[in-house]
Amino acid sequence: MSDQGIIKAGVTLALIASICTALVAATYQATHERIAANEKALLEQSLQPALSGVFYDSGVSESRLVLQPPHDLPGNDPAVIYRVFAESKPVAALFAVTARDGFSGPIRVLVGVEYDGTVTGIRILQHRETPGLGDKIEATRSDWVFQFDGHSIGDPPVTGWAIREDGGEFDQLTGASITPRAVIKAVRDTLLYFDANRETIFLAEASGEDE
Amino acid sequence: MTSGGFIERLRTGLWRDNPGLVQLLGLCPLLAVTSTFVNGLGLGIATLLVLTASNALVSATRRWIRHEIRIPIYVLIIASLVTCVELIFKAWFPTLDRSLGIFIPLIVTNCAIIARAEIFASRNSIGVSIADGLGMGAGFAGLLMALGAFRELVGHASIGGFSFADRGFLLAILPPGAFFALALAVALKNHIDRKPGR
Repeated sequence: MSDQGIIKAGVTLALIASICTALVAATYQATHERIAANEKALLEQSLQPALSGVFYDSGVSESRLVLQPPHDLPGNDPAVIYRVFAESKPVAALFAVTARDGFSGPIRVLVGVEYDGTVTGIRILQHRETPGLGDKIEATRSDWVFQFDGHSIGDPPVTGWAIREDGGEFDQLTGASITPRAVIKAVRDTLLYFDANRETIFLAEASGEDE
Repeated sequence: MTSGGFIERLRTGLWRDNPGLVQLLGLCPLLAVTSTFVNGLGLGIATLLVLTASNALVSATRRWIRHEIRIPIYVLIIASLVTCVELIFKAWFPTLDRSLGIFIPLIVTNCAIIARAEIFASRNSIGVSIADGLGMGAGFAGLLMALGAFRELVGHASIGGFSFADRGFLLAILPPGAFFALALAVALKNHIDRKPGR
């Protein structure tokens, strides 16, 4: 290719690159508000099941508090806390924490707790447990996660927060005991953390939108 | 390759040179997302849009593109279009976008698209290139939908999300099921083509 040819090719390439960039930029401009709204709606919708029976102000996702490790919640990745208010009074909190000792990798658990420490709902956000056995921790696959609703530390006492096989008060899953053990431990530790840090959690400044 | 008329291009893409059934291009997304009908439909439409638009753009700019830099330009055009389609899906079809996940951005790597740019759109007028994009895109989308419907029917015992039995034949929705289903589809096409009288 001659020198002139190279320059021509470079100019063409630059021109097409700018046109393509403009196209993407225009599409972004036209869509980004909708996308942000969708993501927020999705987040609020995914938090809602863990708050059954609680009346609360909308905009839970704006009260996000991210704790970078090391923190005292289960897991060694960032833990996320959503503070839930009703008429500006704290009524509940949601914790996204990680149970590290699942059967095949970490399990991300969403724990909803009322201000007095009662569980309002637990949902599994992410896991890689065995299909057909450990995956029964999902709310859509069995009602195992619902057995914690209404319980708190003290009902049963801390030692009772284990599967029956280990002398606790909660059901295991047929064919899987490592998975429930990991989830229960994460829930118990979250509840203990909430009992100890309730006041400070609701006073902390929200820490941005991105996890 | 001859250009032919509009109808001929559609027929070529849909059946005779179907990108999935005959050229066996773009098999990665084809096998990965066809576990349900809706997923197949979603990725099919996204691919159809990108393929048609990229054929149109490549054909429209073909006189100014020097041969030496055509590949980076195709990649630029295709990647930009895929990004636009991804944003549009995220804004207006968020549920579908979530279930397709990484496979929307991965349309960039679908070799069926760059192959059409190189083989067809860069050598033909814009009208015929659009027809070719529509035909090939519809052929690919049709195969995605057929495989999705078949696998969902056998694997989940449901269609379009409406289930009519408790459980299906699990293998169909696992990765091997995708290969079996594709093989059946290719065999069926060859069988039809070989019938006397065609």
